[in-house]
Amino acid sequence: MAKIPAAVIGVGQTKYQALRADVSMAGLLREAVDRALLDAGVTFDDIDAVVVGKAPDLFEGVMMPELYLADALGASGKPLLRVHTAGSVGGSTAIVAASLVQAGIHERVLTVAFEKQSESNAMWALSIPVPFIMPVHAGAGGYFAPHVRSYIRRSGAPLHIGAMVAAKDRQNALKNPYAHLHNEGTTVESVLASTMLWDPIRFDETCPSSDGACAMVIASETAVEKSGITNPAWIHATQMRSEPTTAAERDQVNPQAGRDASAALWKQAGITNPIEEIDCAEVYVPFSWFEPMWLENLGFAAPGDGWKLTEAGETAIGGKIPFNMSGGVLSSNPIGASGMIRFAEAALQVMGEAGEHQVDGARKALGHAYGGGSQFFSMWVVGADKPAH
Amino acid sequence: MAPTTESRVLHAPMKVEFDYTRSLGSVLSQFMSALKQHSVLGGVLADGRVVVPPPEFDPVTHLAITELVPVSDHGTVQSWSWVPEPVSQQPLDKPFAFAQVLLDGSDAPMLHAVDVDAPADISTGMRVRVRWAEETIGSIRDIACFEPAGDSETSGSASMDFGPPEVTGMISPVNLAYDYAASPEETKFFRGLSEGKLFGQRCPVCEKVYIPPRGACPVDGVPTAEEIELPDRGTLTTYCVVNVPFKGQTIPIPYVSAYVLLDGADIAFLHLILDIDAADVRMGMRVEAVWKPREEWTTSLDNIRYFRPTGEPDAEYDTYKHHL
Amino acid sequence: MRDVAVVGFAQRQMKELDGSPTCLELLVPILGELYQQTGWTKSDIGFWCSGSSDYLAGRSFSFVSAVDAIGTLPPVMESHVEMDAAWALYEAWVKIQTGEVDTAIVYGFGKSSAGILRRILALQLDPYTAQPLWPDTVSLAGIQAREGLEKGLWDEAAMASVVARSMSDAASNEWAIRKGATSPADVLAQSMYADPLRRWDCAPVSDGASGMVLAAGDRALEACERPAWITGFEHRIEPIALNARSLVTSTSTASAGAASGTAGVDLAELHAPFSHQELILRSSLGLGDDVRINPSGGALTANPMFSAGVNRIGEAAKQIWAGTSDKALAHATSGPALQQNLVITLDSQKGN
Ligand SMILES: [Zn+2]
Repeated sequence: MAKIPAAVIGVGQTKYQALRADVSMAGLLREAVDRALLDAGVTFDDIDAVVVGKAPDLFEGVMMPELYLADALGASGKPLLRVHTAGSVGGSTAIVAASLVQAGIHERVLTVAFEKQSESNAMWALSIPVPFIMPVHAGAGGYFAPHVRSYIRRSGAPLHIGAMVAAKDRQNALKNPYAHLHNEGTTVESVLASTMLWDPIRFDETCPSSDGACAMVIASETAVEKSGITNPAWIHATQMRSEPTTAAERDQVNPQAGRDASAALWKQAGITNPIEEIDCAEVYVPFSWFEPMWLENLGFAAPGDGWKLTEAGETAIGGKIPFNMSGGVLSSNPIGASGMIRFAEAALQVMGEAGEHQVDGARKALGHAYGGGSQFFSMWVVGADKPAH
Repeated sequence: MAPTTESRVLHAPMKVEFDYTRSLGSVLSQFMSALKQHSVLGGVLADGRVVVPPPEFDPVTHLAITELVPVSDHGTVQSWSWVPEPVSQQPLDKPFAFAQVLLDGSDAPMLHAVDVDAPADISTGMRVRVRWAEETIGSIRDIACFEPAGDSETSGSASMDFGPPEVTGMISPVNLAYDYAASPEETKFFRGLSEGKLFGQRCPVCEKVYIPPRGACPVDGVPTAEEIELPDRGTLTTYCVVNVPFKGQTIPIPYVSAYVLLDGADIAFLHLILDIDAADVRMGMRVEAVWKPREEWTTSLDNIRYFRPTGEPDAEYDTYKHHL
Repeated sequence: MRDVAVVGFAQRQMKELDGSPTCLELLVPILGELYQQTGWTKSDIGFWCSGSSDYLAGRSFSFVSAVDAIGTLPPVMESHVEMDAAWALYEAWVKIQTGEVDTAIVYGFGKSSAGILRRILALQLDPYTAQPLWPDTVSLAGIQAREGLEKGLWDEAAMASVVARSMSDAASNEWAIRKGATSPADVLAQSMYADPLRRWDCAPVSDGASGMVLAAGDRALEACERPAWITGFEHRIEPIALNARSLVTSTSTASAGAASGTAGVDLAELHAPFSHQELILRSSLGLGDDVRINPSGGALTANPMFSAGVNRIGEAAKQIWAGTSDKALAHATSGPALQQNLVITLDSQKGN
């Protein structure tokens, strides 16, 4: 049976910042949701179902907060789902919302993901001491830094590659009014001069901790026609894959789940040469070195060669495969929303609505998220044209 | 609770405690600020009904609530339930009632505690009034609880002029206590540690040796089984130098956090590397465990204080590259 | 819509699991049982989805180690909801409806006994105006029960007969925790606990896990002689605030039931953790006296958080497989005092 074509018809984001002291959690979500509804030209009455995503409940200290948020999200009397797949959750949430439309169950689904990290402390929430175990890795940076070192050893990448990614993403963020970090004057040199936190990861190569929410309205082919939206972002393919956090001889640098997911994604989207056919990508890069790692994992470069694209400037706006035109996770990181922001920014590119960080003539874009110990992957391809198949 | 060696699996208490800082937004800031001044505000819905506590958004129009009005601190019990065994941090630490109280001047009841000594002392329809906390700070707990009020008592209707809200945030302490239990496989590992031994287990399907052992081999989905005692030395596969302070940190920075692949194991685990300058640590370095004094051993991985270089030549990259 | 059926179900329930909150000890044999029932292996499964809660386990990402039970190298297509596994089943059903996959395994797990459940669940409430009071689950249910009692919508005797029937029926359920032949008089002879509730009016704190297999069309017939075909699958939510909804009816259950289609149902497994909630659900669904209710004993006899809902669906499916029901309804609930509700209808015949 054929899937019903579905498209993003509205996107809404909050300003991302360290502390949104002016709003409650509901207020934060509504800011993104109201903007998405307005952008789509619809109201709550037009929405059939709501899909909410966020990372661990311990971040805000509310158990299953979608229950408390239901009424503020206009979900009363409607179906509401809550997805939680670690850091990939923003992406998986969008995929669940898309499935509800593609399966022919609903016409218009509102999806929103958020994190209000200022309510607690992410490092605490992720490192609660478990009896009998000795915690030594010190948060997400400490977890991923050894694997970054493995990548550098395996690929022979020069040590300034991470700094190049950080400088590029921070410069891109200046073109995105919603980005958390607007650090003028960030250069490769200034990144290299920043404090080494988890050697080989420097302070400027890490993501901030942000409050924020991102929302999208996903509509069926019929609902798109009725909407009057002439530039929807059609969903060409979606994929999710999971693998264990730790397993004997698991490849933690180039995880199989990411390779499998992207291979299936390109196939589903009818793409045979990703670097030629994808115009730009919003990819989950919370630590700068993950750009070259994911370039390889996604099949944009051969194993060991990802850093060469970065070094040649091919991942900058105007390059062969621009990565994170919005500034990416390195510039804004409300964890549970970060994946959805990638998916939404990819949609904005093919809608031609990315503003100052628009890639000229973008027709096909990738949105990507990952989570856990590089083990949960979710991704989609969106296009300006209705999918042919 | 001290871990007992009799039980099938190891248990230990685990606490999850954090004081969350919440920002309130406009409606809740006004509500909380009024509570601080011993006044209760209700939100006016589009249909004219007054609801306490005020919702932030109208349930029908979905628009933000903008009008708040004072209601009385006297009201009527609409329904209630007895709380025979209060849990920690409830409004009263002796048996009481939770009730839906309809405040005079409002159209929807609010949930709070009523201080009475026995179920016989409360009934639906009973008049109650707010008992204010000794110190009010702008919190729903500024209402310490409700208490019975005389039927004829008139309500103190607060009509005061509220300036810009004084309270815009709140602190929410969340303190939870759990009984943590290890799996049977982990229990064998931790009990081994208390005797200075490192017990891994082999998966019956793929035959890989896991340390710590696993309730399910992550490849085959079956528990690891055959016990394998592993030496306390191995190869450092990869590492990072931690130079960032964090809450609960016990090790002085900078320190090296590394994956150690014990000889004979098929998976590395994270541990500390000391007795060497961080700048001299290398991938492939051979390391051995430094144990705490025997009398300090417990069923914990920190019986091994850290790993240190053995002085052997480094392992060839090819011997461990598939463990990265 | 594709014809999709429940073709496998396995469960474990106990008062207290003396083991890790990852529940791998329960999930591994459950998956083994599911493979045995269907004759399938991991490679036959197109999609996986689970339901669990970080706050039940007391740590972030508590679902992550559970995927080890599957064995996820090579990687699998997998998702997780922070909800009862009944909603994970919904996500899996949607995935099958997209045509991307034909089969799915869903599982839920939770160790409620690790903390004080009725207190932990207070963290679901409005974090500004309700949670700081730590209103516990039993008190909220008590307020709901009293409102119905005092409005004359039900009485103590009706509640007691729900308890008596549940515990008596549970006598033959190997997984039930509180069970045995019980009369309404036995129930009423108990003293009040949280007035208006007696202890038996409240579900026992339970640990457990369960798993379920879904399959489309011919794949279903390949795995099961008499598949339980899904003919309706709907869920709805209401506001969380007790003052923003009717407590004595369940409008979300009513609309989910109406959308699923309850006509011709001969059996219903209702997820009612409190006795009076069964009465609310029955009337909201318009179930007549001829409909058998909770032959498993229902949640009053075992209520493992995050799998109790999917267990209702499993128990209903078992009745279809056995030929003891031709059309069954199952229901799951979540949130305080029946805030969120899911209704599924299962039929021995494909389509309508
Ligand atoms: Zn194995």
